[in-house]
Amino acid sequence: MHVLLDNLDLFRRGFVGTVALTGLSTVLALALGTVLTVFRVCPVPPLRVIGAAGVTVLCNTPLTLLFFGVTLGLPMLGLSGLSYFTLAVLTLGGYTSAFVCEALRSGINTVDTGQAEAARSLGMSFAQTTLLIVLPQAGRAVVPPVGSLLITLTKNSALAGGFSVYELFSVEKTLAEEGYAILTVFLWVALAYLALIMMISGVFRLLEHRLAVVR
Amino acid sequence: MRSGTRSRSGLALATVLLALVSLVSCGRGGVPPGSVAALMGARENGIAPSAYPVNRSVTVEGSPTLARAEAAHRIVVGVKSDHPFLGFEDPVTGRRFGFDVEIARMVAADLGFGPGRISWKTVPPQGRETAISKGDVDFYVAAYTINDERKKHVSFAGPYYVAGQDLLVKRENRDIHGPGDLKGKRVCSVTGSTPFQRIEKPEYGAEVSSHDSYAQCVQDLISGEADAVTADDTILKGYAAQNGGRLRVVGRPFSREPYGVGLAKGDKALRDAIDDALERHRDNGDWQRAYDATLGLSGARAPRPPEVIRY
Amino acid sequence: MTSGGSILFEAPGPRGRRRNRICSVLAVVGIAAVVGYVIVRLHDAGQFTWAMWEAFTYQGVQRRILIGALDTLKAFALAVVFSLLLGVLLATGRLSRHRVLRWPATALVEFFRAMPLLIMIFALYNMGWLRSWVAAVARFLREHLGQAGVWLADNFASPTLWALVIGIALYNGSVQAEILRAGARAVPRGQTEAAYALGMRKAQVTTTVVLPQAVRSMLPSIVGQIVVTLKDTSLGFIITYEELLYAGKLLAQNTATPAGYPYIPVLLVVGPMYIGMCLALSTFATWLAHRGRQQRRPGLRFRSPADHDRKPSG
Repeated sequence: MHVLLDNLDLFRRGFVGTVALTGLSTVLALALGTVLTVFRVCPVPPLRVIGAAGVTVLCNTPLTLLFFGVTLGLPMLGLSGLSYFTLAVLTLGGYTSAFVCEALRSGINTVDTGQAEAARSLGMSFAQTTLLIVLPQAGRAVVPPVGSLLITLTKNSALAGGFSVYELFSVEKTLAEEGYAILTVFLWVALAYLALIMMISGVFRLLEHRLAVVR
Repeated sequence: MRSGTRSRSGLALATVLLALVSLVSCGRGGVPPGSVAALMGARENGIAPSAYPVNRSVTVEGSPTLARAEAAHRIVVGVKSDHPFLGFEDPVTGRRFGFDVEIARMVAADLGFGPGRISWKTVPPQGRETAISKGDVDFYVAAYTINDERKKHVSFAGPYYVAGQDLLVKRENRDIHGPGDLKGKRVCSVTGSTPFQRIEKPEYGAEVSSHDSYAQCVQDLISGEADAVTADDTILKGYAAQNGGRLRVVGRPFSREPYGVGLAKGDKALRDAIDDALERHRDNGDWQRAYDATLGLSGARAPRPPEVIRY
Repeated sequence: MTSGGSILFEAPGPRGRRRNRICSVLAVVGIAAVVGYVIVRLHDAGQFTWAMWEAFTYQGVQRRILIGALDTLKAFALAVVFSLLLGVLLATGRLSRHRVLRWPATALVEFFRAMPLLIMIFALYNMGWLRSWVAAVARFLREHLGQAGVWLADNFASPTLWALVIGIALYNGSVQAEILRAGARAVPRGQTEAAYALGMRKAQVTTTVVLPQAVRSMLPSIVGQIVVTLKDTSLGFIITYEELLYAGKLLAQNTATPAGYPYIPVLLVVGPMYIGMCLALSTFATWLAHRGRQQRRPGLRFRSPADHDRKPSG
């Protein structure tokens, strides 16, 4: 217990760091994932190829490699003012967006063909059909898988601690260095993650109920 | 379509992989220029690993560590592997270089172990005390500051060098002359390290960033992402030497870090033997030669070698 | 909706075709501009100078990269073996009728699935007992198993390796257990009922009837998780296990050039190797899934004649 109480401030900072990382990366992942999905189903062949290639590469890149590449590469590309936090959000958001795209795409497959056909027969364009008719329904269908993606994202955010961002993994590292019993430190950090993850899955269970598609 | 793209790109990457593998058979021998090994080899006053005559008639009694090492016919030395010219392992050849490595060779020679009978073992900072007290290493020479907290777990011979936290800047830098000039400057150090914690104090007013290795900080310094790197002067001198004249150590240390040789707690016989060895090699000039051949390549002059403290 | 694309838009008319063509050109130009910008910036940062790349022409450096790749594969192979073993064990536990087995298995699976892998690996890496166990085993191997023991101790007695392998195995084993459990629940009831009717015990039914079928039907998911296992080995980088990425970092930091260390060139060499390995495995998983879809009702060797008349779906 005293590990927690003595270092309450560290834990608080770490927890806030993890929450902020996860929250911002989620927003980025959902936005970028939607864009990638639109790319992959749009009538412009080069965009489809770009979407497919991006998703394939991202899905097959170890996150550590991506972190390494982004933190070393982006500053060299003229984006030198970015903080490690921003770089981590970009990495985590970009990585997760590929999986969001995969989920959304299979969500599109669950939308009844008649919906798109009806939209088209009303004279809607691709953009209208996709953004107004298909994606909203697909989004509702993929609430559970996206929920588990966000849980994975929360866990993945620990890696940012290995790349100079202060979050819960950094707390573990710092306290281990200071000589606290590693098992105790681990259990407290684990508890913090469990709390976060239970919160997320609670929210998503609620969303699932609210947004369930009744057919 | 999807599996088509995947298998096609999979094939393409497999080809690249194959090409890389086949490259191995047509590479050049030797070590690449600019690598630490090449820089060490380029010196004319290089120290051969056999530079220190081995003491054939060792008479240390009552040291369990030495008894064990003699039974095994080899002595296990704990070092670091990622500090150029201090404690470094060449990733290509596996050879060890650096000032700490030279100190370890001197000590081992006086204990009766020539270069062929030393087993080097890289020990990360987290595992230091455990490795020493559990006997995974017989002694440990790797930028290890003597302090009272550590004395509870291990014994120290030495000190053999008094380091201090310092600053590494670009050669042409004109406005950083010491820790007092860091207001608003971007300073890089290793996450969680002692120098990092010190420089974070508000009195310096520095904008601190951190990486998991000093090399990445040095990279930031070269690319202009950071104005200075801070660590023990030994570590910084190593990077200055590696980057041949493009970087320099400011030379105004603002902490005192006496480096000792770590060994099993209470092995007084071994501690005395190591203290004798350190004294002897300091007085016969080996210490200075080792410095000149390693950290001295940075252009920074050696500090006075400290007096051994026998406690 | 099976093929996402065509259903969402009409076959373009003359105007639509023109618009699509303009968009295509813009997209290609945009990508080319981004790639060009990246290359120019990297060039300006001195990343394409000979000094940055020269090291790769040396045999020793190439060999070091290969050793890194082999160390990645070593951790990967061990992690796969242990995670699959653990997966079967935990799945059997969760499917057990006995609470004494079911509850701990459930608790373990739920806990390890919820833990960030890195947190576990780092904790294992810092645990004293892991170090002393590995050291003790190494001593035993060296002293009692002769030449082979020395080889084993040299190649496998590393606390970082085992912290990585155990961490990955605990996490991925839990996930594999859930995959197997889902597969087991999808096995038709008739199968288990028939097995019970033959007088088999619960344990026998699970291990000889249910799990083999679960493995077959879930093979794509299992291989998919093995891809994750491969990606997870890169976490060894954080605890200084000398896998491919870490070997690359060591090599980069070994060579100083006027423009700094060749991190980017190393990344350009090591990155494709990592991605290539993962791609090869996921291609295999996709192929398995595809094949599975073509054979209806995987797991059944005996088909009724009617089955042969059905067209493969997929």
